[in-house]
Amino acid sequence: MSEPIRFHFDVDGDNFSSAGEASVQVKRMLRQIGISPDVIRKVSVAMYEGEINMVIHANGGDADVIVEPNKITIVLKDVGPGIADINLAMQEGYSTAPENVRSLGFGAGMGLPNMKRYTDDMKIESEVGVGTTVTMTVLF
Amino acid sequence: MSNFKHSVFLQQEKCKGCTNCVKRCPTEAIRIQNGHSVIDEERCIDCGECIKHCPYKAKKALSDKLEKYKEYKYKIALPAPALYGQFDNLDDIDFVVSGLLECGFDHVFEVAKAAEIISEYTRNYLRRTDIAKPVISSACPVIARLISKRFPYLCDNLLPIIPPIELAAKMAKEEVKAKHPELKDEDICAIFISPCPAKVSYVRNPIGIEKSAVDGVVSISEIYFLLVSSMKKIVNPEIQSQTGLVGVSWAGSGGEAAALFNDKYLSADGIENCIKVLDEIENENFAGLEFIELNACSGGCVGGALTVENPYIAKARLQILRRYLPVSQNHIERTDPTEVPKSYIWDQPIEYSPVMQLDSDMSLAMKKMADIQAIYEMFPHLDCGACGAPTCRAFAEDVVKNNGDVSDCIFIMREKIRELYKEREENDGK
Repeated sequence: MSEPIRFHFDVDGDNFSSAGEASVQVKRMLRQIGISPDVIRKVSVAMYEGEINMVIHANGGDADVIVEPNKITIVLKDVGPGIADINLAMQEGYSTAPENVRSLGFGAGMGLPNMKRYTDDMKIESEVGVGTTVTMTVLF
Repeated sequence: MSNFKHSVFLQQEKCKGCTNCVKRCPTEAIRIQNGHSVIDEERCIDCGECIKHCPYKAKKALSDKLEKYKEYKYKIALPAPALYGQFDNLDDIDFVVSGLLECGFDHVFEVAKAAEIISEYTRNYLRRTDIAKPVISSACPVIARLISKRFPYLCDNLLPIIPPIELAAKMAKEEVKAKHPELKDEDICAIFISPCPAKVSYVRNPIGIEKSAVDGVVSISEIYFLLVSSMKKIVNPEIQSQTGLVGVSWAGSGGEAAALFNDKYLSADGIENCIKVLDEIENENFAGLEFIELNACSGGCVGGALTVENPYIAKARLQILRRYLPVSQNHIERTDPTEVPKSYIWDQPIEYSPVMQLDSDMSLAMKKMADIQAIYEMFPHLDCGACGAPTCRAFAEDVVKNNGDVSDCIFIMREKIRELYKEREENDGK
């Protein structure tokens, strides 16, 4: 069995246009490993959404991707405001994104639902005022 | 893939081994080895960025000299729309058409004319409901090859219609054979007047079809001076051009997309920008778009490495040239609004070729990836290029693939020398 490989990225909270860079890099490395295009796409879409969330709500954070022979785990950890009501946040269309962000086309309230849709498992741990950790798994 | 015939090559005696091309190559296909640049044929997409950026003009594109075709009984010129933007004070395309005839061609068939027909069929294709959207233009061969190597998920989104250059060659040959039934296939030669090396590669290794109807490619820069002097002899050219502003607009970025009369499109130019757009499309970040036009060169085809004029000046000239042209001079008969004739459709779908994959065995690939990570951590992350690779990351990959040695990193080498020095000093002190 191969040892798991871990990729780490700092997600810069100041810059919208660079949001998504980590998912592009991950996509590249997964391609090099030979992960199937469908799995890469799931990981990439879910991670991109998560990165954007960290930039909008938490001023960035840490992204870790762990590749194992049968699954990929994405851990997104921030020290932002936290999510008060996770069930509400998971509803499609619910968003607390500020107006300036919406004007850029973000904040449609589809981020978390999409992350769940594109992954096989998603766990959110959050504490108001402390931060949020989202752990997503894609099996293959 | 090994029989792929590239058009970009190196004139080794001119290469100084600097890293300008290494740094600019969008697929990280170039390394400096033994003092000169080496192109990885598997990765090269013939975009011509290295030709544009080589300060020593050591990178060249293989294209033909006009003399090569003088044996043919009947020579057809297929001028790219970008050619029309290369001349100062040109206000009538007929000068270019007549000039090409003066250069020794027997017939001229404008690629812009074929482009207008392709635009009509693309509109039909977009009306279909059973296709993957957004549809991505396949007219720029660099983009089509890039997608086949890096964007497996987008292969199905490529417009599966032959490019204007191909249609132009086919139609021109049919026209000529109807007019001159005495000519045999081998008597006729269709020569594309090209703005870029990627079109040279396209003709040798066509995309989506078995064999191209284009027989040869001469670059715009190769024919330019002969053409200018030929054009000067012409006073009142015959009315021969058969293109409207739609066809001419294909020369610049956004022209192909605008011709679809559908505002749900995006057009981007410059290879780095195109890669960014493709990454975003792959993540489904542009909802509601119908068509994506991507041109590897800045400004579109007018920015090709084998043109003469600055792309933005060429584009400005085309605006003036277009002013008095009808919208389009070529139309298809209205039948089924979603019809695209079978002869226009690719019969060989584009397949993903995973050239970036480290190993066909995934557990070995994972092992190599782990090694790359470890070696990458040893490097200074300055991407200085002194090792001959574009980035520290790319060099770590080279080392793992046995194409380099860590001591080629000058920072690691410096450390080693320091250690040796220290050792010697200690030994001397004893």
